[in-house]
Amino acid sequence: MSVSRHEPPRRRDTAALIVAAGLVVIGAVLLWDSSRLADLGGYSGVGPASVPRVVGVALIGLAIWTAVEAMRGDFPLRAPQNIPPVLWIVAGLAAQLILLNVAGFSIATGLLFAFTARAFGKRNLAMTIPIGIAVSFVVWTIFSQLLMLHLPAGPLEHLVFPRG
Amino acid sequence: MSAFEFLLQGLATAADPMMLLYALVGVTLGTAVGVLPGIGPALTVALLLPVTYRLDPAGSLIMFAGIYYGGMYGGSTTSILLNTPGESASIITALEGNKMARKGRGGPALATAAIGSFIAGLIATLLLAFLAPTIVKVALVFGAREYFALMVLAFVTVSAAFGDSALRGLTSLFLGLALACVGIDQLTGQARLSFGVPELLDGIEVTTMAVAMFAVGEALFIAGQRVQVDEEVTAVRGSIWMSRKDWARSWKPWLRGTFIGFPIGAMPAGGAEIGTFLSYAAEKKLTRHPEEFGHGAIEGVAGPEAANNASAAGTLVPLLTLGLPTSATAAIMLAGFQQFGLQPGPLLFATNPTLVWGLIASLLIANAMLLVLNLPMIGLWVKLLKVPKPWLYAGILLFATLGTIGANPSSFELGLLLAFGVLGYLMRLFGYPIAPIVVGLILGPMAEQQLRRALSISQGDWLYLIQSPIAATLLAIAALALIVPLILRARGKGEMLSQLAAEED
Repeated sequence: MSVSRHEPPRRRDTAALIVAAGLVVIGAVLLWDSSRLADLGGYSGVGPASVPRVVGVALIGLAIWTAVEAMRGDFPLRAPQNIPPVLWIVAGLAAQLILLNVAGFSIATGLLFAFTARAFGKRNLAMTIPIGIAVSFVVWTIFSQLLMLHLPAGPLEHLVFPRG
Repeated sequence: MSAFEFLLQGLATAADPMMLLYALVGVTLGTAVGVLPGIGPALTVALLLPVTYRLDPAGSLIMFAGIYYGGMYGGSTTSILLNTPGESASIITALEGNKMARKGRGGPALATAAIGSFIAGLIATLLLAFLAPTIVKVALVFGAREYFALMVLAFVTVSAAFGDSALRGLTSLFLGLALACVGIDQLTGQARLSFGVPELLDGIEVTTMAVAMFAVGEALFIAGQRVQVDEEVTAVRGSIWMSRKDWARSWKPWLRGTFIGFPIGAMPAGGAEIGTFLSYAAEKKLTRHPEEFGHGAIEGVAGPEAANNASAAGTLVPLLTLGLPTSATAAIMLAGFQQFGLQPGPLLFATNPTLVWGLIASLLIANAMLLVLNLPMIGLWVKLLKVPKPWLYAGILLFATLGTIGANPSSFELGLLLAFGVLGYLMRLFGYPIAPIVVGLILGPMAEQQLRRALSISQGDWLYLIQSPIAATLLAIAALALIVPLILRARGKGEMLSQLAAEED
């Protein structure tokens, strides 16, 4: 970022330090998990634990490098984020995940559809949820009846296609 | 049999009416999805993978070939009419193409892109057909250490050689390699990193990860932007046909672009962008109308667009002959092969020649179909460009989750999709490239297996890895590709490299 060079020296980047900490944790998990494997290297000397160990050490090394860059403020500037829309999409995916095997594909995915549309500015859920369920139902019909994909059926699907 | 006879045989396979239909469906879907703003070929291929789940392998791969080429075509339409490149390889096309469209020369711009893509696709696919048997012959003498060296080279070029930060490229790669360790070890059967969760024993699905990274991560990232820009679609006015002068100015750039793009795609050196940049630079230097560059020069569309398509066909060379994906798109295509238990590589040419040559031949057919399909249907594509964002992203997420559910209708798999989607969002936010993590996940287990096989042969002697001239050369190139950019960046010459960044593919 050439722009940042003209500004006063940047302070340390806390978010990037958290990223570095996360990398250390992942690296440590790899090392911990590989330590409990029976290392059947045989005569190659390289067993199932070797690669995770190397990757774990490499991730910790990269974490140190990340921390250095974070302290020097070398990370690219991030645009401020608008968090509520992001949470709406995450909520939509979570709703689909929970409802999928209970309410069936169309209703679960309809909610995801409506929540995503809301994140991008279509705020009227009373309108978007029915649209979402209708669209998802059409997609379900095409993929499960014509392309023979296994998509979970719920009350709505059973109502129209009693044999599933 | 010679390559020519094999190709004829392949054409016979691909000309079967059912196969033609699959190819047609593939190119249509590929173009339709590829044309949507913000969707590159990697995501197009990942989103459309579920459509092919229930077909037989040949039909499915032929449809896939159509989707791949169609996605590439669709991307160029978006960048000419919308100035929002759907894929990093189309940035250059947007540069001159959108200027042409604004001047009312959108028709000729689309035409030169379409015909250039056709010619490049034709030549490059033929080159692929005639090169493949030779490379397969070379690859048959490759042992474990040569494959390991090749994969190391692919790791380095995908993660560290280009882009704006070796640190972030390598971090992304090693996250992919860490995820690749999850599941049952192929050689000893021990469970690694599965934490007692039975769903993790099979490892992490490449398609789930790729769809999460590209579709969910991108949707979250766009939703999180404070300023939402709605790009204006430039209307196509006047004739869509090229004048005699346009033809005269286009044909040389088409050919030059093809011969620049193909080798770059064929080398294990990352995405199609580099070829488009080089082609643009070449055209700018050779043109007789330098004043038009930056204001809508037709050469600046014809050359890079040809280079883009030639290098897309080029990436299929290492993918089909060596089983080595060098871009995110190729990694997803490899996953497409693997769902049928097929492993691309020299052996596939021997064990299943009908399939491989049918696939190569269907690329030629898909290419011809696109030329016929694309220009007359431009009105339809323009309509697709105008889909409002809320419906666009709602639809993208619908199909993204459909793919995951279709492969495995479990809440656990959707949980992974959500988790990787959030990871993809964070990676975008902090400027981490996405391709290395996908390539790391798919190539990681293969590289590990080859390394362990090589070391078993040598009984643990690491020097064995560099005692073959081919492996030593490949590893030396990999080392250079890692070190030279680091020095360049330290000397403040990093801007050139970040311009060559391989973002999506």
